Amino acid sequence: MASPIMASTSSIFGGKMESGLISRFSPSISAHRCRKQALNRVLAVMAPAQPHRSPATTGSVKHAMTMTEKILARASERPQLAPGENVWVNVDVLMTHDVCGPGTIGIFKREFGQNAKVWDREKVVIIPDHYIFTSDERANRNVDILRDFCMEQNIKYYYDIKDLGNFRANPDYKGVCHIALAQEGHCRPSEVLLGTDSHTCNAGAFGQFATGIGNTDAGFVMGTGKILLKVPPTMRFILDGEMPNYLLAKDLILQIIGEITVSGATYKSMEFVGSTVESLNMEERMTLCNMVVEAGGKNGVIPVDKTTLKYLEDKTTLTFEPVYSDDCARFIQEYKFDVSKLEPLVAKPHSPDNRALARECKDVKIDRVYIGSCTGGKTEDFLAAAKVFLASGKKVKVPTFLVPATQKVWMDIYGLPVPGSGGKTCSQIFEEAGCEIPASPSCAACLGGPRDTYARMNERQVCVSTTNRNFPGRMGHKEGQVYLASPFTAAASALTGYVTDPREFLL
Amino acid sequence: MSMAAAAVAMAAAPAAAAKATNTFLFSQKTHSPLTPNLRFATRASFPKYPYFSRSAPDPLLLSTAPRSTTTPSSPSPTTYHGPCYVLGDNIDTDQIIPAEHLTLVPSKPDEYRKLGSFALSGLPSTAYPVPFIPPGSDATHFPVVIAGANFGCGSSREHAPVALGASGVRAVVAEYYARIFFRNSVATGEIYPLESEETGIWKECTTGDIVTVDLAESRLINHTTGKVYRLKPIGDAGPVIEAGGIFAYARKTGMIASASTA
Repeated sequence: MASPIMASTSSIFGGKMESGLISRFSPSISAHRCRKQALNRVLAVMAPAQPHRSPATTGSVKHAMTMTEKILARASERPQLAPGENVWVNVDVLMTHDVCGPGTIGIFKREFGQNAKVWDREKVVIIPDHYIFTSDERANRNVDILRDFCMEQNIKYYYDIKDLGNFRANPDYKGVCHIALAQEGHCRPSEVLLGTDSHTCNAGAFGQFATGIGNTDAGFVMGTGKILLKVPPTMRFILDGEMPNYLLAKDLILQIIGEITVSGATYKSMEFVGSTVESLNMEERMTLCNMVVEAGGKNGVIPVDKTTLKYLEDKTTLTFEPVYSDDCARFIQEYKFDVSKLEPLVAKPHSPDNRALARECKDVKIDRVYIGSCTGGKTEDFLAAAKVFLASGKKVKVPTFLVPATQKVWMDIYGLPVPGSGGKTCSQIFEEAGCEIPASPSCAACLGGPRDTYARMNERQVCVSTTNRNFPGRMGHKEGQVYLASPFTAAASALTGYVTDPREFLL
Repeated sequence: MSMAAAAVAMAAAPAAAAKATNTFLFSQKTHSPLTPNLRFATRASFPKYPYFSRSAPDPLLLSTAPRSTTTPSSPSPTTYHGPCYVLGDNIDTDQIIPAEHLTLVPSKPDEYRKLGSFALSGLPSTAYPVPFIPPGSDATHFPVVIAGANFGCGSSREHAPVALGASGVRAVVAEYYARIFFRNSVATGEIYPLESEETGIWKECTTGDIVTVDLAESRLINHTTGKVYRLKPIGDAGPVIEAGGIFAYARKTGMIASASTA
C-alpha cells in the first residue's frame, strides 16, 4: 500500500533518508500488514459459516469506529483505525503559551536549525496567558521570547501583550489559552488540536481531538506538522435527565472523576453523550471536557450539534465535517448517569477525585473563594455565580477573587445583563456582594505561579475554587486546602464562609 | 532498531516491547482491553517514613548538564545503583516541580540546572521529611525514585521529567504513569520511566535503601531488604531514552539530518 505518509515523511526530513529507512519508518505500514494478516486468518475460505454471530461482535465490521477513532483516522489518512494502533497524525493547530513556548521554541531551533521555519505559520497559535501580570523578570522575558519568535516566523495568530499595567491597552491580548482558542475560532469539529498544556482537552467540546503534549513533542510538531499518537479506546459517559437548576457541568465532571478516579481514564478517550449533554451550552461543554485530564484521560469529545454550529457561526469561515460514533462502535466502558438525581459536589483536598457532597462539608470553614481559570472563569461561570449572589442579596463573608478567563469574558462581566436582575450586569452584582474587583484575565492563581500572582495562596488557607486541580501546593502554599467546586457552590460558600450547597440560595 | 519500533514505544504504554506477548499493546494494565478496569487506584496518601538514619551515602557524580550532551555517569548504561527515594501514589507534576519555577526554560543550560535544584520541592515535608535535594545543593543523592500508582499525573509540563533528570535521577520505578509524563520522559530521554510488575512495592521500600535498577534484566534489587522485583521491560522506549531523547535517537539512527547551523 503506497501510504501517503511515506511521501510526506521524506519531505519532513528533507529527503535525506534512504528508501530502505523510509519503509521501516512508517509504523502504519507494518501495523496494517499485521492486521491484514490477522483478518486473513479470520476470513479464510474454508472457515465454517457462523450464522448466529452478528457482524458487530466479530470486530470485522469495517468502519465501526468511535468519534475519536474517526477523527484520528481522517487525520492519519487511513480508512480505518482501531484502539492501540500507533499512527502518524497530521496536526491542524498547535498551541503554546508563555510557560512552555520558550522551551518548545528552544527545542525547535536546536533540532531543526536556527533559521528553520515552522511547518505552517497559520497553524501555530501562540497565546501568552500563564504568568503575565507579574514583576518576575523571567516570566516577562518569556513573553518577549514568544514575541521575537512570532515576528521572526511571521506567525499569524499571536495574541501579544506589552503593557502589563493595563490589559485593556493591548488589543491583541486575549487571556487564558483554551478559552481564547474557542473564542477566536481555532476549535473546529473533526480537527486535531495539540497544545503544550494539559487542559487542551477542553476543545474536545467542539467534536475534535484535542490533547496536551510536552515541549519536545511540540517542537517536533512545530517543524513537521505531524505527531505519532496511539489511538485510545473510548469510554462512554451517558448523561441523561433534566439538569437541575442547582447543578452545573462542573458538578457532572466531578461526579465522573470521583467515580473512576484520577487514573480511571488513563490513555483513554472520554465521550460525553446523552440528553443532558445536548442541553448544555458550549461553555458548559468545555467545562466537561476540560477536566478529562484530571481522570488521566487522553482526550474528551462531545458530538457536534446545532449548539456547536451556532457557536461557530460567527467565529470561523473554515469548513469542517463533523463525525459521529457508529452505532456498533466499541466502547471499552460505559457509564450511565441520571443527572436529575445528582447533587452539588466538591473535590476535597488534595485530589480531584476526592469527591464529596457539598452539603456534607458544611462545617468546613473557608478563608477565601476563587472564581476563575479555563475551567470556571468563563462568561457562563460568572453568570452562574452572579445568579447566586442575586438570589441571596447579601454580602460575601470571605475575600472572593474573580478572574475572567479572557478579555471577552471581562467585557461580558461588565456588559451583559444578568437574567432576572432588572438589567444589572455581573460586575454590579459582584460589587454589591462585596467581591473583589474582577482582575486582569490570565491563568492567575489556578496554578500558583510567581509569588506576586493575583490571588495566589501564600499562607496556609482553605479555598473553594472553580479551578481544576487541588493537589498539594497547587494554588501556591503547600499546605493550602483547595476544594474544587462549581461556580454556584463557590458563590454560595462565599456568602456563608463555609463550604455550602448552592440550594441554600437557589431553591 | 527501527524508528517505527521506537516511535511505537514512545507513543504507547511502556510495555510496548510486548509485541511478542500481545497483551500489553492496548493499555498499561495487565488485563484485556475489553474488560472493565476493576482496580481503582488508591487515593493520594502521604505515608510516614522513619527519619533517614543511615549514614549519608557517598555523593554520586551526577551530571547536571542537558542529557543529550553528556555521557551517563554510571559505568554500565544498563544499571543504576544507589540509594532510592520512595514516594506514594498520585505524585502529581505540581509536587515534582511547583508551578512558580516554570519560568525556567529547560532548553537553556543554566536554567536546566536550576530546574534540577527544585525537583520534588513540592512534596509536603510532613509526609516526606527527607529532603530530596540536600539544602544548598542543586543535585540529589538519589539516582532511583520508587513510586506508586499514576506517577506524574496532572500537568503536561515537560519541566517535570526534566527537573528529575537534571537533579540526577536516572530511573523511576512506579506502578504506572500518567500518559503525558510518560511520553515526555521518553521524548526528552531524561529518565527511564519503568514499571513494576507487582503493585505496592513502594510500601516495602524505604528512602535510603540501597538499590540497583538492572535495565537489561528488567529487575529492581533492594540490597537493604534483600528483595528483588521484576520490572516490565522498557522495550523500544529504551534506545530512545539511551540516545538522549526522540530527536537524538532520530539523528543517531540517521532518520533526520543533524540540525543545520546555517
